Amino acid sequence: MHKILRINMSDLSVKTEEVPVAWAGYGGRALTSTIVAAEVPPTCHPLGPNNKLVFAPGLLTGTVASNSGRLSVGSKSPLTGGIKESNAGGTSAQIIAKLGIKALIIEGLPADDKWRGIYIDKDGARIEEETELIGMGNFAAVQVLNNRISKSAGVIILGPAGEMKMLTSNISVKDPDSHLRSHGRGGLGAVMGSKKIKFIAIDPTGAQPMKIADPVKFKAAGMAFTKFLLNHPVSGQGLKTYGTDILVNVLNEAGGLPTHNFTTGQSLNAESISGETMYANIIKREGKPSHGCHPGCVIQCSQVYNDAEGKYLTSGFEYETIWALGANADVKDLDQIAKADYIMDDLGLDSIETSVMFGVAMEAGVLHWGDGTEIIRILKDEIGKGTPLGRVLGAGTGAVGRAYGVTRVPVVKNQAIPAYDPRSVKGIGITYATTPMGADHTAGYTIATNILGVGGHVDPLKKEGQIDLSRNLQIATAAVDSTGMCLFIAFPVLDDAACLQALIDLINARYGIALTGDDVVGLGKYVLKTEHQFNLDAGFTNKDDRLPEFFTLERLAPHNAIWDFTGPEIDTFWNF
Amino acid sequence: MQIQVRLYATFRIGRFNEQTRDYPPGTRISKVLEDLEIDESLIGTAFIDFKYATLDRELHEGARLGIFPKVGGG
Repeated sequence: MHKILRINMSDLSVKTEEVPVAWAGYGGRALTSTIVAAEVPPTCHPLGPNNKLVFAPGLLTGTVASNSGRLSVGSKSPLTGGIKESNAGGTSAQIIAKLGIKALIIEGLPADDKWRGIYIDKDGARIEEETELIGMGNFAAVQVLNNRISKSAGVIILGPAGEMKMLTSNISVKDPDSHLRSHGRGGLGAVMGSKKIKFIAIDPTGAQPMKIADPVKFKAAGMAFTKFLLNHPVSGQGLKTYGTDILVNVLNEAGGLPTHNFTTGQSLNAESISGETMYANIIKREGKPSHGCHPGCVIQCSQVYNDAEGKYLTSGFEYETIWALGANADVKDLDQIAKADYIMDDLGLDSIETSVMFGVAMEAGVLHWGDGTEIIRILKDEIGKGTPLGRVLGAGTGAVGRAYGVTRVPVVKNQAIPAYDPRSVKGIGITYATTPMGADHTAGYTIATNILGVGGHVDPLKKEGQIDLSRNLQIATAAVDSTGMCLFIAFPVLDDAACLQALIDLINARYGIALTGDDVVGLGKYVLKTEHQFNLDAGFTNKDDRLPEFFTLERLAPHNAIWDFTGPEIDTFWNF
Repeated sequence: MQIQVRLYATFRIGRFNEQTRDYPPGTRISKVLEDLEIDESLIGTAFIDFKYATLDRELHEGARLGIFPKVGGG
């Protein structure tokens, strides 16, 4: 039976509710955004009593469908002031789904100053005071919870940065190796911190296999879908060899790799931080080039990266983090970046927001360009300890720009711009400007079509076709984010309509319904419009759908490219 | 004419990372691929002077040619 689990931190109550009929067809992002829009006053303070934190597995999560184990979390973001959905892998989503929980809604603020942990099991949930784990890093805390509950328990955890309500803080999720995946963006760790919840542990005892309306059709669709994933060169081979970091050389070759705080489009460090170098190091040091963030992943884009002595340094070592520290902050040494990545995971910091912030902090003179040693020290001794400097830096890219009077501050809706320069990859600029999430590459990943030749080709340097491309991808992504599927399934979906049909067949067989492609597009549009309306009601206007001024003033080498979309042109994005 | 060829990802295996190679004027990217024994069906993207290029594009003296198999990330 599907249910909503509602936890109120004000009166420490737990309620099990039936799923309202209107929510029955939603999962993942569609559900979190629907609930946030329905229950959170758009003008509320994100860290106050009226904000909520909503977790939801996707429509297919918990089934054996490949790559369906993503968990969405939604809230009003303290970083952007708008609606936020952030999804991650890990083991929790599948357990939550198999316990019959369609969504977990956490509301209210505790009246006292105590930290608490939430224990979820087949009978419901209980809230208990927590003391042992407070101030503890994520890796150690996960080990304590493994011992306290069981190794197979799901863990959603708040690091020290979230305890301090930093806007760079994330919410982390235990992966199959008891390492971490992250709901990275939007500072949602601060919301969990405001509610004084250190962790949510989910006991899998009694978890049931998902009920499938038409098992025969589901099995056939599942096999077809998996075959599409495995046969596509990107999802089947490329990602499991080089990980996402392969993009360093791709974007460098395309002149779209933001470097030295977005002042040029190519980095002299590209080779030393590239996916090819990472792969060579992993093989030499006996790490793992392929690794899944959740059970049932066949793409395996993650990896285990060891140091020169063969000791674990980090995993889930992503292009975005490597770009932001390696190219944008000029750190040459991949091992130093790996150490910083581990510390950010341990403290519970968004490795995009935090790493892009370092580029602005370098421009401000807080530390020298390329100084990886100082980055590591600042992470540990300033941000990790919450010193006054650490609090300023932990408030994110936009806040650091304001604190130090920097004008080249790469943010949209106060969220840091990721690893693709919008002047030389114009489609992604439209995504950064318009997505209700604040600058977010995953919201409408035009890089596929602008740069990678997936789903056709739209010239990244010209304006033509970019708004339509971004809109179509944002609609599709909002739908995919609602299924619990990893976004990387988009590579085969974009190249082959039959792969999309297999995905729709899976949903139909799971629920005994008859969705069409148009229905899926309709779902994506509904999600985007719901999120956009929340932001408008929160006080955003079309003037917030703009890139920072410096992109219109400073040309980017090697293409001498400039951001030249007008406001009215950008506003046509919402004509649907 | 001199062409600076840069290979990436799996294309490097058994070949090279970067090499300056000599080709007659008018050589197209597809001819370079043939020369390097890279099957066109494996190509993800090719760049001439950092700009996307289709495989029938002609190279020019001093061009930088970057060649990727089908890869992706995000």
